Amino acid sequence: MSAVLGRPLLFIYSQTKGDVVTKEFAVPFHWRRFKERYMLLGSKCEHCGEYFYPRRTICPKCRRAGKIRDVKFSGKGKVYSYTVIRVPPEGFREFVPYIIAIVELSEGAKVLSQIVDCEVDEVRIGMPVEVCFRRIRSENDSGLILYGFKFRPVKK
Amino acid sequence: MNLEKLKPKREVAIIGIGITKFGEHWKLGLRDLAVEAGMKAVDDAGISGKDIQLVVGGNMSGGLFVGQEHGAGLLADYLGLTPTPAIRTEAACSSGGLAVRVGYLAVASGLYDIVVAGGVEKMTDVYGPQATTALAGAMDYETEAYFGATFPCIYALIAQRHMYQYGTTREQLAMVSVKNHKNALENPFAQYRRPITVDDVLNSPLVADPLRLLDCSPITDGAAAVILTSADIAKKYTDTPIYIKASAQASDTLSLFARRDITTLDATVMAAKSAYKQARVSPNDIDLAEVHDCFTIAEICAYEDLGFAKKGEGGKLIQEGQTEIGGKIPVNTSGGLKAKGHPVGATGIAQIVEIVKQLRGEAGKRQVSGAEVGLAHNVGGSGATATVHILSNKR
Repeated sequence: MSAVLGRPLLFIYSQTKGDVVTKEFAVPFHWRRFKERYMLLGSKCEHCGEYFYPRRTICPKCRRAGKIRDVKFSGKGKVYSYTVIRVPPEGFREFVPYIIAIVELSEGAKVLSQIVDCEVDEVRIGMPVEVCFRRIRSENDSGLILYGFKFRPVKK
Repeated sequence: MNLEKLKPKREVAIIGIGITKFGEHWKLGLRDLAVEAGMKAVDDAGISGKDIQLVVGGNMSGGLFVGQEHGAGLLADYLGLTPTPAIRTEAACSSGGLAVRVGYLAVASGLYDIVVAGGVEKMTDVYGPQATTALAGAMDYETEAYFGATFPCIYALIAQRHMYQYGTTREQLAMVSVKNHKNALENPFAQYRRPITVDDVLNSPLVADPLRLLDCSPITDGAAAVILTSADIAKKYTDTPIYIKASAQASDTLSLFARRDITTLDATVMAAKSAYKQARVSPNDIDLAEVHDCFTIAEICAYEDLGFAKKGEGGKLIQEGQTEIGGKIPVNTSGGLKAKGHPVGATGIAQIVEIVKQLRGEAGKRQVSGAEVGLAHNVGGSGATATVHILSNKR
């Protein structure tokens, strides 16, 4: 089928063991997001002072008057809401049960990721957390290992 | 956005409705379901195929569910309507609501006289994990699904925060599911026609805390269609046209976490505001509503965002029984997405079909007596798209 299209397929479904089916993308799909996912990079509008994650080109408040620049977040924040995933999507079975949370960063922007180094019954809204760098999942056939930020409780 | 500028050139009416049984259809494919609903709507309207000038079909993900994109071409072809033009609308779970809206715009603008607006989804031709992945496309793939979020996860985050901010209880969430299952008992087209109890919900397996299996709408095959025309032309075909008094739509951030307050769907609030203004009614004038209960928490948020309850008091509204048939504002008399089933592309149309049945007085044992004004509320993803339609049997 690749030959028909004259270029590699952007994504395919591959069936491996049992019910583990993972959506696979070509490398650039992930590569272009490395900075955001590895360094917790976002945007700030110098005109209104608002922070955004992920990066944006246009400030939705100021539009053309806005002045957007890249910003690296401090990585400190608090849990805004959370859940524990019991039924995982493709590629995440090995982590179950795992915590997904929306974290409100100290700069004001919110992000979504996992909370790690924390028991599933210990997470609370308002809990102080800090960013850490972890493996997100591995793709099946290509062997691509995907990384990104997660959060962990701040040690007292 | 200047909502006041929306002035239709003419009024729009619904003269025909069609719906398939919702459920797991091993013998029927995407095109079979679409054709069945379309034919039923055409028969109900008393028109013939050659009267149809435009087909609008809502479908979220034919590509991931059955490997078939180009739903527009498929519809025109298998409805036997070529060369009539066809448009596929896609806004995740609000693809159907969007189809009604596009059909409304086509008739209200004066460009088309008779339009079919339909919706279809064939979801059981893939296995569970693949269906989950297809549905995950309704959120922000790169910033939510990438980190292991699922669709129930997104609404679980809303539920957790709603419980934290307003004291909404786990039992109140369960009551939504119990009510919708009860309503579905009287709907022959519903997927699950069996009663459940609050304990059943609370003892069902956890999916994403605090949401359990019986808080979640199911995977469903199904299709629905309506025939739209102008209010004047409608008189030629039927004595009971149902008028679309308002058609509204609004957008919000694709990702949930970027919202100012995740317990409020601003797209619903804005669309409802516009719809009430267009129809010149207030939430108190609504006799019944079909709202987007993809998860139990979503129905509670909808009560608040549509103005049926104050912010934070949605849980109280269900607990007091106000949204049951016979209550102040009956919600999801069809059984809702939870019990009627949720074939994502068809849901927005199926909601309109239920409101039309109620306003015609054809809803049987689940009839809301004396219903004159009904509202249909359809949400895409976690609320990046919302459509609100207000229908009436009075012009």
